[in-house]
Formats: sequence, structure tokens, C-alpha cells
Amino acid sequence: MDKGLNNSRKDFPILDQQVNGEPLVYLDNAATTQKPNQVLKTIVSYYQNDNANVHRGVHTLAERATDHYEAARDKVAEFINAANRKSIVYTRSTTESLNWVASSFGNLVVNEGDEIVISQLEHHSNIVPWQQVAQKQHATLKYIDLTTDGELDMDSARRQITDKTKIVAIAQAANVMGVVNPIKELAQIAHQHGAYMIADGAQAAPHMKIDVQDLDVDFYAFSGHKMLAPTGIGVLYGKQDLLEMMPPVQFGGEMIDFVHHQDASWTELPWKFEAGTPNISGAIALGSAIDYLTKLGMDNIHAYEHELVAYTLPKLLAVDGVTVYGPHDPNKHTGVLAFNMAGLHPHDVATGLDMEGVAVRAGHHCAQPLMEYLNVTATARASFYFYNTQADADKFIQAVTAVKEFFADGIS
Amino acid sequence: MGLAKLNQLYREVILDHAQHPRNRGELADATGVMELRNPTCGDVISVSVQIDDDKIADLKFAGSGCTISQASASLMTTVLMNQSVERARELIMAFSALITGEEVSEKDDDELGDAALVGSVAEFPARIKCAALAWHALDELLDEKGATAHD
Ligand SMILES: Cc1ncc(COP(=O)(O)O)c(C=O)c1O
Repeated sequence: MDKGLNNSRKDFPILDQQVNGEPLVYLDNAATTQKPNQVLKTIVSYYQNDNANVHRGVHTLAERATDHYEAARDKVAEFINAANRKSIVYTRSTTESLNWVASSFGNLVVNEGDEIVISQLEHHSNIVPWQQVAQKQHATLKYIDLTTDGELDMDSARRQITDKTKIVAIAQAANVMGVVNPIKELAQIAHQHGAYMIADGAQAAPHMKIDVQDLDVDFYAFSGHKMLAPTGIGVLYGKQDLLEMMPPVQFGGEMIDFVHHQDASWTELPWKFEAGTPNISGAIALGSAIDYLTKLGMDNIHAYEHELVAYTLPKLLAVDGVTVYGPHDPNKHTGVLAFNMAGLHPHDVATGLDMEGVAVRAGHHCAQPLMEYLNVTATARASFYFYNTQADADKFIQAVTAVKEFFADGIS
Repeated sequence: MGLAKLNQLYREVILDHAQHPRNRGELADATGVMELRNPTCGDVISVSVQIDDDKIADLKFAGSGCTISQASASLMTTVLMNQSVERARELIMAFSALITGEEVSEKDDDELGDAALVGSVAEFPARIKCAALAWHALDELLDEKGATAHD
């Protein structure tokens, strides 16, 4: 376990450095992951050999750039088992994907008096866009509660989702509570009531096998940068018939069929949504990231991370004064460990850990309603990926203990 | 290096102020109240001031945050209490300079006293915002005060 899954650590030279005089232990993967050499090479090679604009040239480079860009779309489709490549729309990020679904599809199907159902554990990007739709359409935004363990309360879900519900939007994996939500079951409940199911896959797609057809979600959103690809490329999956009825969000070049002086018609899916020059290198790099992940095997990644959590969680819980949020059973917990230390602000904890070379996040994790629900202002969060090792986990626990001892005299 | 470097930031005076904050609370007869948030962590500081005759007659802070933001707020109240508005604004400027690693005059450094120790936060760039929050809030209050005075 000391070289990452399948010896993958060597592909991430960034991990091999000292921070504050200590070897770097990167545990902020829920915020963004590092990029392997293979992905970086793909980007350089694209710019050194193939760079051109897509879908608009007849020359050879334009054709090559277009081929790579579209081949990556096929990889994305296969990665999440989409029925059709037309269902894969490139966006900037999860945030943009969710905003597009909300502002375009949401405003199309939500009317006055309708309900939108989300949950207490959502990221702001799956809350605020729905608040906007609810305000604009005079609809009600409802929240599914959590169990005392921090899991989605399915009884609450069944109560909140009613015949008035038009949209159910839930994170498949939670960015603070470290739980995986039963999206398939939620989609069934939503569909029984005639509502559409939208899953925020930002924390799920990088870590487990995704099958959008089996989940039967209507839309699925995720970000490239949380799964080895660069920032600025994301994906919106939508069922084809729904994407057909959903109006474009941006207008301009690339997305048109024909433009007259007074109006225009849209080109077909998925390009109808991709106005202007897209993030070509980002999309191609996402394809390369998917190749890398597929080669490791999503099931292997999932199993490896589970092993790391099963190793780390009990040790973290054993540190006196540490509170871990979400389930304490490692079988129910992902590689996202949000925690607090008694009497210490998470900012002070994170600065202390940074001095030991351990990178964690501290703050509200873009989940202020959840912080309110948990009655905390912020938490620290360590999050793992397949290139982390048991040695990383040991260093993390050792650093947490050292921070606790450092402050033991000064702060009660 | 490890945790030893933390001693530069978490000095005894700072820990003491975080643990036993001075002038905590809200002024009943404030002439101005300003609440500022650190959007990255959700910390909130509310500063209330009572200005009499262009002088800070009373000053309190409330809210929640990390050791640095709490200690910095507490130290600010002790340093700026009873200062003239003009001098307080100079000292706020000096404090801002210190925490971003700039030099300040010996006079300002002396007058900032223990608060100048917060200046070591310059070595911890991610935490500068924590140190600055309360001072920014007061600065805005004094700005408002200045603006109305010129009306
Ligand atoms: C659950 C969840 N949803 C959405 C997002 C937003 O992702 P991005 O910032 O890439 O748009 C994040 C990332 O922080 C997340 O963790």
C-alpha cells in the first residue's frame, strides 16, 4: 500500500516534495486531485501537435483536434455507461452543469406551487441554483433530513417527495458527511411521483463505477478536476429526450444550425449546448484521465480507498477529543473524513497540520446549510484518493495528535 | 521543521487573548456596528464602536472564529481604545502593512504593542484574512464616520 494503488504514486511527481520542511501528504482530494504525468503529456502533446479550433476547419489540424475532442466524449459516455454520446455535454464544471439544468430545464418544468427537493448535505452548487428557480417560479424548496448517523433519512425522503415535486436533486457522494446516497432508490421514488432525478456526481464519479442507466437518473453532473483532469472541464449527462426539450443556455458560434437576420435554429445534440470555442485541451485531457482511471479499474479504486478508510477512521476516532462527522462505521464511509478537535478551530488545526506537511481543508466546504444543521461553523476535512498510502494515513494521525498536544497547554 | 514553526504564530499573548478575550460583547450605545464575514470559513466578527468627539470612547467585538481572528480582535480593542479616529486609522494601516509582511515605523510598531506580534501571520499567508477581519470592520466603521463628518 505504500506506493498507492498499482504503484500509481510514481505517476504524480507533485506528491514527491517537501512542504514546510516535511514530506507532503496531500489529503485535499475532495477539493481537487493531482494530475498524473499521462494527463499532463496529453495536454502538451495536443498543443505541440494538434492544436486547432474544433468543428470549423477543413484543414488537417482542425480535423485532428475535432477527432480527439469527440473521441474524449465517447470515453466519457462509456465511463458512466450513457446510452448515447449525444447525452454527454461538456461544461466548465459540476457547478456549471447544475446551473444549466436548473436555469434551463428547471425553469421549464417547475411552475408556481411546485416543489423542488434537495437534502441537508448538499454542496452550495446543488442548493443555490435551485433557490433561484424556486424564487423565480414561486415554488417551494424542501430539504430531506439526515439520520443521527449523518446518512440521508429515506423516511424523510419519502415524506418530502410528493406529487407536487418536479425536481429531486441530490449528491451521490457527500463532500462533508462522507456518505454515498441511494440515488437509484431516490430516482425510483422521484419517478413514481412524476419528478425528475438529478444527481450531483462531483464526489462520486472519481471514486466508483457509475452507471447512469442503472441509476436511472435524468441528469448527472461531475467535474474533471476532481478525477485527474485539469480545471475548467466538466460534464453534464442528460437523457436524450430531456436534453432535446431543454433550451440552450448560451448562444453563439458552434451551437447553431443556421442563422438568419432575425432568428436562428439550433444544431443537434450535444453541440446545441456548446456555444463558442470550448475547452478543447481540457476535454481531451479528461479523456486521458478516464483512460488512466479505467486502466486502474474503478472497482479497484473503490476497494483501495475503502481499505484506507477502514485503516484511518478508527485511528482518528481514537484520538481524544476528535469528532468525526458522518457514520463511524467504515463500511458506510467514503474517503472523505470531516472532523473537529475539541476546543480548537479547524483553521488552527489545518495550519498545524500544514506545518507537518499534511494538506487538509478547513472551512464550511461550500455547505453552510449543513454546517447550520450540524451546529458547527466549520470543520477540518481530510480526503483520500488512490495514490494516498497507509504511510500518509499514519502521518496524518500522528500530525493530528501533535497538533492536539501543541495546543493542549495554550487553549482549553 | 514541523510544529515548531507554530510557536511563531501562536505566541503566549495571542493564545491568552484568544482564551480570555478583552472587550468582548456589544455596546448598547454604539455609534456604529459592523459585521464582517470571512466567506471561506464562515467566521463572523461584529465590531461596535462608540465615537465621542473624534475619539474612540469605547470598542467591543463579538462573533466566532479561530484563535487568530479572536486574538487579533481582542488585541485591536486594547490598542485602539481611547485613540483619536485619525490615529486609529493610521494604526489600522500599520497593522495591515505588518500582517502582509511590510515594514512599519518604530513608533507605530511600539504603539501596536502586543498586536504587532500578530504580524508573524505574514509567514502564514492562508491566515492573513483571519487576522485582518476585525481591523477591516473597524476601518469601515471609521470610514463611514469620516464620510458623514464631511457631509
Ligand atoms: C458534492 C459537490 N458538488 C459540487 C461541487 C462543485 O464542483 P466544482 O467546483 O468543480 O464545480 C463540489 C466540489 O467542491 C462537490 O464536492
